[in-house]
Amino acid sequence: MKIVRPGRVIGFTLLALGGIVMIMPLLFMLVTSLKSNSEIYELHVLPREPTLGNYIEILTHSHFARWFLVSFVVAAVSTVSVLFFDSLIGYTLAKFRFRGSGVVFVAILSTLMIPTEMLVIPWYVMAKSMGWLDSIWGIMFPGMMTGFGVFLMRQFFAGVPDELLDAARIDGLGEFEIFWKVALPLVTPALSALAIFAFLGNWTAFLWPLIVTTSPNLYTVPVGLASLSGEFQTDWEMIMTGSSIATIPTLLVFILLQRNIVNGITLSGLKG
Amino acid sequence: MASVTLRGIRKAFDRTEIIKGIDLDIADKEFVVFVGPSGCGKSTLLRLIAGLEDVSAGEILIDGRVVNNTAPKDRNIAMVFQSYALYPHMTVARNMGFGLRAAKTPTSEIDRRVGEAAAMLGLESLLQRRPGELSGGQRQRVAMGRAIVRDPEVFLFDEPLSNLDAQLRNQVRTDIKKLHQQVRTTSIYVTHDQVEAMTLADRIVLLRDGRIEQVGTPIELFTCPANRFVARFIGSPSMNIIPAQIDDNEIVLPWMRLPTPPLATRPTDGRIELGIRPDDLLTGAACHSVPEAYRFTAEVRVVEPMGAESQLIVSVGGQDLQLRLMGRLFPKPGERIACALDPAELHVFDATTGVAIGQRHISLQ
Ligand SMILES: Nc1ncnc2c1ncn2[C@@H]1O[C@H](COP(=O)(O)OP(=O)(O)OP(=O)(O)O)[C@@H](O)[C@H]1O
Ligand SMILES: [Mg+2]
Repeated sequence: MKIVRPGRVIGFTLLALGGIVMIMPLLFMLVTSLKSNSEIYELHVLPREPTLGNYIEILTHSHFARWFLVSFVVAAVSTVSVLFFDSLIGYTLAKFRFRGSGVVFVAILSTLMIPTEMLVIPWYVMAKSMGWLDSIWGIMFPGMMTGFGVFLMRQFFAGVPDELLDAARIDGLGEFEIFWKVALPLVTPALSALAIFAFLGNWTAFLWPLIVTTSPNLYTVPVGLASLSGEFQTDWEMIMTGSSIATIPTLLVFILLQRNIVNGITLSGLKG
Repeated sequence: MASVTLRGIRKAFDRTEIIKGIDLDIADKEFVVFVGPSGCGKSTLLRLIAGLEDVSAGEILIDGRVVNNTAPKDRNIAMVFQSYALYPHMTVARNMGFGLRAAKTPTSEIDRRVGEAAAMLGLESLLQRRPGELSGGQRQRVAMGRAIVRDPEVFLFDEPLSNLDAQLRNQVRTDIKKLHQQVRTTSIYVTHDQVEAMTLADRIVLLRDGRIEQVGTPIELFTCPANRFVARFIGSPSMNIIPAQIDDNEIVLPWMRLPTPPLATRPTDGRIELGIRPDDLLTGAACHSVPEAYRFTAEVRVVEPMGAESQLIVSVGGQDLQLRLMGRLFPKPGERIACALDPAELHVFDATTGVAIGQRHISLQ
């Protein structure tokens, strides 16, 4: 008979419970999106007559498609920008010694301690004075670079051996080419992780997009869905339907990138 | 092919001076080895020549041209790093051709040169692998291949063998020597291993603490060390150093007196050190080839048999001496054996300054 260790049983049980707790709201969301309006306040779990009506409704008779597009543009542009600039800054801080580099790094790190709630006022003032209110750029600009990303990339680049960069210098590459062709390919796991964080962060961002936008056609998905919840009535089935659709890109990004995190190119092959 | 000249080279990192004034001429086609203890600045000097660091003072000339402000890629050098520094995300072929590709060399030309270098080093079957899939020795050869493909005027090697096991190290050392005899490219090779230095070098540059202690052929450094440091560093096992005193016309050792050999100078306080290599400490019948005055008996302390020879530590007058005994027979610890100093091979150093003042240095000073 196979010996079952009690530690394993407890571990699995806890993990299973955790999993259920995490997945219940998602399932509830999905199930509700398949119910018709008359059913949503009924207590049974499965819809009596599952329907895709809500999906058709939200895609055709609301701004949802537009919000989705805005969200996607914001998240995609921010992610690309974060990947490029954070890794460039992180690389510079990890591999070049210059006067004040330590101060710059600490200053960037310290931004991690300031919550968004405190930043929205200066952002707003800035956006207003620059004329960026109620524009896509207004939604995106605070997220074009992140302190966290700089920190993450700096730590990973610190692990890339200097001799490798020197070899590239002798091979005749310019400093930017060394970053682009030698250093960057070696930190793909960090890039993938950062891409996931950046995409999710922007995709789910609520407070700032809510503050900076006023026109419904510039809402992001979270802001748009919130606008469905009115003073007198809330279209729960629509919110659930929109939320269900909104999880698709998140899942895709995660599925596409997580493999990279696990099988990044290791730095083996450097030492003999 | 090119000569390399260093004129008054200095290098400081954050006000700490690491290279303290180096003057050196390296001829075209020469194989020069920088050797010295860890931290003496060998790698730094090599990196200065490569252009990976800027000199704080002085001039570097390659092929008669001052290259102080020339980028590494335009110095026409290739470097083999201690860690090999192969790009982990590229195949062997791409690693080797990377520099040429950066220089916009036509693909056919790159393929031809990579192919040639691979054939020279026996790497043909590995061209499509990545560095992570190679053994240490194979990686080392790829690193060499990458340098060869560039067809540089100067090869720079920074301890290229230190990550290999002992057996492979000997083999690759021979390969490097063969390669140099074949291509005759000026080479500068850094190591802290005096055996590598002795076997590879046309000339050895012995560095200590950012300064040159001595430059010369391996035999010159071995037979004519300029000071105690060089004498101890070159040769294995190290030279025995015996504290002594010059008294009138005799050298007073802790256990015997010797006739004073001709000296370049005499230290004012008379304190000297006598150096004798383990191979020049004679034992047994060989003792009869030297005058009576140089013979003595010593007690065997430690015996280290090595097969065809054994290394002994003997003790006399409170002084331990290392010596080498050829043949497969060796005494036991505690035995007393006849020994003798070979008068032709005695080295004399000023005890205070460490400078050699023995007979071989008379003409030099
Ligand atoms: N970039 C740097 N910044 C500050 N100090 C440095 C730097 N590079 C080297 N040094 C210092 O210079 C000294 C000489 O270093 P170097 O690497 O040239 O020694 P080495 O002779 O090659 O020693 P090893 O045999 O251990 O490789 C060391 O004390 C080292 O700490
Ligand atoms: Mg070194």
